[in-house]
Amino acid sequence: MSVQLSLTVNGKPVSATVDARTLLVDFLRNELALTGTHVGCDTGQCGACTVSLDGRAVKACNLLAAQANGAKVVTIEGLAAADGTLHPMQAAFKECHGLQCGFCTPGMVLSAIDLVARHPQPDEKTIRAELEGNLCRCTGYQNIVKAVAHGAAAMAK
Amino acid sequence: MGANDTGLIGQAVRRREDLRFLTGAGQYTDDVNPPHHTHAYFLRSPHAHAKIRKVDTAKAKAAPGVVAVFTGADLEGVNGLPCGWLITGTDGKPMNEPPHPVLAQGKVRHVGDPVALVVAESPHEAKDAAELIDVDYEVLPAVVNCVAALKPGAPQIHEQAPGNKCYTWALGDKAAVDAAFAKAAHVAKVDIVNNRLIPNAIEPRAAVASYSRADDSYTLYVASQNPHVERLLMTAFVLGLPETKVRVIAPDVGGGFGSKIYLYAEETAMVWASKRVNRPIKWAAERGEAFVSDAHGRDHVTHAELACDGDGRFLAMRVVTTANMGAYLSTFASCIPTILYATLLAGQYTTPAIWCEVTASFTNTVPVDAYRGAGRPEATYVVERLVHQAGVDLGIAQDEIRRRNFIRTFPYATPVALTYDTGNYDATLDGAKAAADVAGYAARKAESGKRGKLRGIGYSSYIEACGLAPSNVAGALGARAGLFEAGEVRVNPTGGVTVFTGSHSHGQGHETTFAQVVAAKLGIDIETVEVVHGDTGRVPFGMGTYGSRSLAVGGTAIVKALDKVIAKGKKIAAHLLEAAEADIEFRDGKFTVAGTDRSKAFGEVALAAYVPHNYPLDKLEPGLDETAFYDPTNFTYPAGTHICEVEIDPDTGVVEVARFTACDDFGNIINPMIVEGQVHGGLAQGIGQALLENCVYDAESGQLLSGSYMDYAMPRADDLPSFQVETRVTPCTHNPLGAKGCGEAGAIGAPAALMNAVHDALLGVGVKHLDMPASPHRVWQAIRAARG
Repeated sequence: MSVQLSLTVNGKPVSATVDARTLLVDFLRNELALTGTHVGCDTGQCGACTVSLDGRAVKACNLLAAQANGAKVVTIEGLAAADGTLHPMQAAFKECHGLQCGFCTPGMVLSAIDLVARHPQPDEKTIRAELEGNLCRCTGYQNIVKAVAHGAAAMAK
Repeated sequence: MGANDTGLIGQAVRRREDLRFLTGAGQYTDDVNPPHHTHAYFLRSPHAHAKIRKVDTAKAKAAPGVVAVFTGADLEGVNGLPCGWLITGTDGKPMNEPPHPVLAQGKVRHVGDPVALVVAESPHEAKDAAELIDVDYEVLPAVVNCVAALKPGAPQIHEQAPGNKCYTWALGDKAAVDAAFAKAAHVAKVDIVNNRLIPNAIEPRAAVASYSRADDSYTLYVASQNPHVERLLMTAFVLGLPETKVRVIAPDVGGGFGSKIYLYAEETAMVWASKRVNRPIKWAAERGEAFVSDAHGRDHVTHAELACDGDGRFLAMRVVTTANMGAYLSTFASCIPTILYATLLAGQYTTPAIWCEVTASFTNTVPVDAYRGAGRPEATYVVERLVHQAGVDLGIAQDEIRRRNFIRTFPYATPVALTYDTGNYDATLDGAKAAADVAGYAARKAESGKRGKLRGIGYSSYIEACGLAPSNVAGALGARAGLFEAGEVRVNPTGGVTVFTGSHSHGQGHETTFAQVVAAKLGIDIETVEVVHGDTGRVPFGMGTYGSRSLAVGGTAIVKALDKVIAKGKKIAAHLLEAAEADIEFRDGKFTVAGTDRSKAFGEVALAAYVPHNYPLDKLEPGLDETAFYDPTNFTYPAGTHICEVEIDPDTGVVEVARFTACDDFGNIINPMIVEGQVHGGLAQGIGQALLENCVYDAESGQLLSGSYMDYAMPRADDLPSFQVETRVTPCTHNPLGAKGCGEAGAIGAPAALMNAVHDALLGVGVKHLDMPASPHRVWQAIRAARG
């Protein structure tokens, strides 16, 4: 069975007909070639597939593409400005060495932006608790925590 | 780095690879989509041990979208997956090396053992079709524990390994050890389990295999730490293809930690099948698949004893270990609990006599191989748990008992086959103590006590042998491969430099660190240096990245190539400047006639090499492109002290890591930001092992019980503290960078520090022994049992 959907992805309108069982993450990766959103597990635990859906961070492996019908989706590819200027959170991850292999990074950055929207001046404890749904195997989280605090401060400016 | 150091060495240069990762422009294997590609799905054994009576693929072959279905019977003529290290047992015989078929042949030996490969138009169709394959299994009894597998009557897994034994191997002077024990004032003893771990790089393994009829060649994209090794093993040993016809590309790779070193069944079967279906085939492991097919780590059971005199000086050590190989020998499995384990049992200490015996067994579990640290975390855990126990037994403070036994004279030949070139263990112990504020510990313990919490402190003074490896030494110990590294420095006509390295970066930041080394040495703008890795079609034959080897070995190969570039550049400059070659100095990016202001910039010399209008063509070839292969003369020996403080809630058994301090000596450091990040990551994995992670199989059925992120406790941001990380420097004496390596230290030192802290905290309650992980359940039970 196929379904029709229309949504906005990174500011651009998208219409498509997809198999009803298509996950949002597969739609983004395979139909729209937005391969910055990654798949790291099959139980909604790792957070590598995190995207923004109507301003909320969601795990794109836990949603059907059909559930995003009518929504505004932002992926890692949609964060930087048109001239290439990085979003303050992207810049903070680079400045604070908040990434190593880069695989969890898109999900981390999207989760971090969502976190700051809800906690504009997060302390370390809040950041660590809020990132509980995003696994990183490389960094030991320390520089990610530092990056999120740094990014939050930059976003407040 | 010497005279041409432009200030880049030792600088926290921000990583150039970050931009692509932060904008979604990274290209991992699963992002590669060749036109007209198909999708693979592997049907895996649901049983730990079973005979395959029959496999019927007829229905699957007829299913919608299916292109082909292959089973072990189709792969006849394809060899098994090889093991790269021969261990010779104490009986003088080679290890038992049973076949490791690419797809099961007649029997399955662990849950997850691949039985069939389905190729279809979509992943869903491949998966749906796999469900239609009818495999008639005769289920056999299984054994998963490495000690149980060796007992009489245990299920026999391979015909070629009677009693499930791979080998019994020993190192050291047993007679000297026995004699020392006979006269010892005290013997400290521990019985410990080094828990089995699942590496869990966040990028699951993936592969895309393509075949070209045009020239009968293959291209394989694969999440690998060492594409050249992957190609060599696959072509020469398994598929019988010429290396020249296979290109292996490891693009951006999302973490490895050892698990992506090995040649696996999946990509091997896919390369073979890509010619049969004549279309590209793509596969990305689901996480559940990764749990039952990525090589696991650790899994030792050990009895160890340390003989001391009355003053706590170590006289001898005796270690008997059983190691789990899993169902088959993975690529480097055999050397991990032997060559990379027993050789490290001297630790930082002058223990004059050491004997270690290791028996490796086959079980009905996923193969076990190197995982971050690989043998050295297991050795450190044995040594540092023993030292802790000796300190407790003899009433000697933990820093003091270490200090009484430190090696202080270098080079130092250990009784277990290594020669440490340099080190300063007092400096790292002192540094760790100061950074950890050990002086304030008593007050913190008292404060915890007021809140009803048990506080403990633990030390771990670790050493590792890194910079793998001197090939002649490794060869004498059974390695079936060389362990050099290769680097090519291609100076382009306009002076920009492209570096091709056999090392592979899967998070380590080589593109930045290596560029720092090159720009500093040549005195050129770092932006003009490009680092290329991970493609057998572009980089010279190199051995890849593992064993904390990339800078010490791969970086040195680049330095050697740079030396050749500079030497040739001097010849060219001498001609251009009409001076004697011996008078040319190279400094700050300029070739200068000594004692004059006459010089040629690096770029001018490069241009002359490629536009040789005014050039000594009678004496010198044009071009400026040099390759070097570097084979180290010794291992490197990073070392340090880690100090952990834990606070335990006796009512719940929850262990909180209150403080964690690492003071490490990695030799010279090129980029301290990257090094610190490596330490953080290693510590998280070491703490993960000690506190959270545990691979559990059901003893009866052989089913993996910890087979998802809901069952296998990965360290999360809120499980860990902020680490205090410091370094001290004694430069490595035998490579020009003075570098030792930093990638594994955290995972090596941390488990013992944490578990020693837990034991210290629980000493007053009467808990004598606890194995990793110190989960709330285990700690609570131990407290209850001790309290009666």
